[in-house]
Amino acid sequence: MSSADLRDLYQQVIMDHNKKPRNFREMLDANHLAHGNNPLCGDALVVFVKMDGDVIEDVSFQGSGCAISMASASLMTESIKGKTLAEAEAIYQQVHKQMTSEDADPALLGKLEVLGGVREFPARVKCATLSWHTMHTAMENDHDISVTTE
Amino acid sequence: MAAFDIEAIRKDFPILDQLIYDKPLAYLDNAASSQKPVQVIEAIDHYYRKDNANVHRGVHRLSQRATDAYEASRTKVRDFINAKSDKEIVFVRGATEAINLVAQSFVRPQTKAGDEILISHMEHHANIVPWQMLCEQTGAKLRVIPMTEQGELDLTGIDDLLTEQTKILAIGQVSNALGTINPVKMLTEKAHAKNIPVLIDGAQAVPHLSVDVQDLDCDFYVFSGHKMFAPTGIGALYGKQALLEEMPPWQGGGDMILSVSFEHTQYNELPYKFEAGTPHIAGAIGLGAAIDYMQSIGVEKLAKHEHDLLDYATDKLSNMAGVRLIGTAQHKASVLSFLIEGVHPHDVGTIFDQQGVAIRTGHHCAQPVMQFFGIPATARASFAFYNTMDEVDALAAAVVKVQELFA
Repeated sequence: MSSADLRDLYQQVIMDHNKKPRNFREMLDANHLAHGNNPLCGDALVVFVKMDGDVIEDVSFQGSGCAISMASASLMTESIKGKTLAEAEAIYQQVHKQMTSEDADPALLGKLEVLGGVREFPARVKCATLSWHTMHTAMENDHDISVTTE
Repeated sequence: MAAFDIEAIRKDFPILDQLIYDKPLAYLDNAASSQKPVQVIEAIDHYYRKDNANVHRGVHRLSQRATDAYEASRTKVRDFINAKSDKEIVFVRGATEAINLVAQSFVRPQTKAGDEILISHMEHHANIVPWQMLCEQTGAKLRVIPMTEQGELDLTGIDDLLTEQTKILAIGQVSNALGTINPVKMLTEKAHAKNIPVLIDGAQAVPHLSVDVQDLDCDFYVFSGHKMFAPTGIGALYGKQALLEEMPPWQGGGDMILSVSFEHTQYNELPYKFEAGTPHIAGAIGLGAAIDYMQSIGVEKLAKHEHDLLDYATDKLSNMAGVRLIGTAQHKASVLSFLIEGVHPHDVGTIFDQQGVAIRTGHHCAQPVMQFFGIPATARASFAFYNTMDEVDALAAAVVKVQELFA
């Protein structure tokens, strides 16, 4: 593997979302919230979700971590905002799938395909999945809960 | 004295000669674990091929050879740190186990609520958590020698920290996260003036400095083999004989007894009293071989080359824009912790790896140090005597690569 693969991991989209994370803010009227921690790296974030019935009316996050974890969180908020719970769940499943195998559905992934770059970097998969696990946990619980990835 | 022949030395470490992502490996993660010379690998190989048997038991020839080799290693360790007697050298799994042993067997029986344990802000978790456990068990209080922005101990209040309640001062000789060499001899003198015993965590010191426990006058000294070119799972506890004699065994089992009946068990003499169960015989033999190897070159010479590497790397990185060194103590060994502006250390680690440069990124099992500097992690290069100036150049080039990628 050469530095070409480094560019696969650190693609322009990742660098951009790391520098300027979207939906990076506290949400005071969130009705779902979860904390995500990666104790080995020190990555820590909070995901806020505001549900309106079955629809994700708003989603945001705050925290700190490596470029992969920050960009992944930012992309996550963009991709599920305005979606139904079932749609968000389907995206979550595809994102998860592409981290470990190549047979994820590109149509469902869209821009999120850039996160597939971590496949070649097993030690970094947890960086990319942290925000997604945290979001998933937030959806399943209406109270504050912590997620830890190793 | 023969010249320091780096090429010959590198040939002794076969693992160093490989490509990582088509780039020559620059192994700069020695503070986490060091590589092993063929002399160590062959000593272990020889033991398993020719001498393998249990120690201190059989009358047969193999058991005798295994016992001789195991005990010869103990003598090498004793000589390596200049202890008075082989009885003062206890083989353990590593520095962590040794600290737990001292905490539970030496300190705990004489500690009560309100007593104090003194450590420093720059300790490895291995020299924090066993004491916290002891504090929970006894009601003692953990006190901490503070640290300066340079990553040196702040000793202005040391006389107030060493009190009549202090049951032990447990301090690292070299910080694994910062590389700081602490003035452990002076601290031992200060502690002893108040009759406070001292444990020195030498895990990061033995690969880089020559250690003389009689000169330091510490009561306990602990280290791990794997950071000094020996296998994992073996290390040593040095304790002054008079103290070890008084301490109860830590673990019970075979080998640590003279006689057992259901009414009474008579414990074995030192150091076997503390070596319950079949020990890591091959590991101890490997540790002895590592000591032989280091001494065959000369610890002072190894230290000098390493120091040159650290000076060169420090100079190089401190002159690079956007690089911040963490830990700039006046006296340092081996370790260069740093941050690259705007880039998380884990991204740094991944990009370095792609350049063949192996470093550690994270909190280095020293989270209080990270909290002190208000950072989640650092990137850490740590040198051993087999590293080269070219590898320092590769380190610097990798920094540039990171900066280009994140520009």
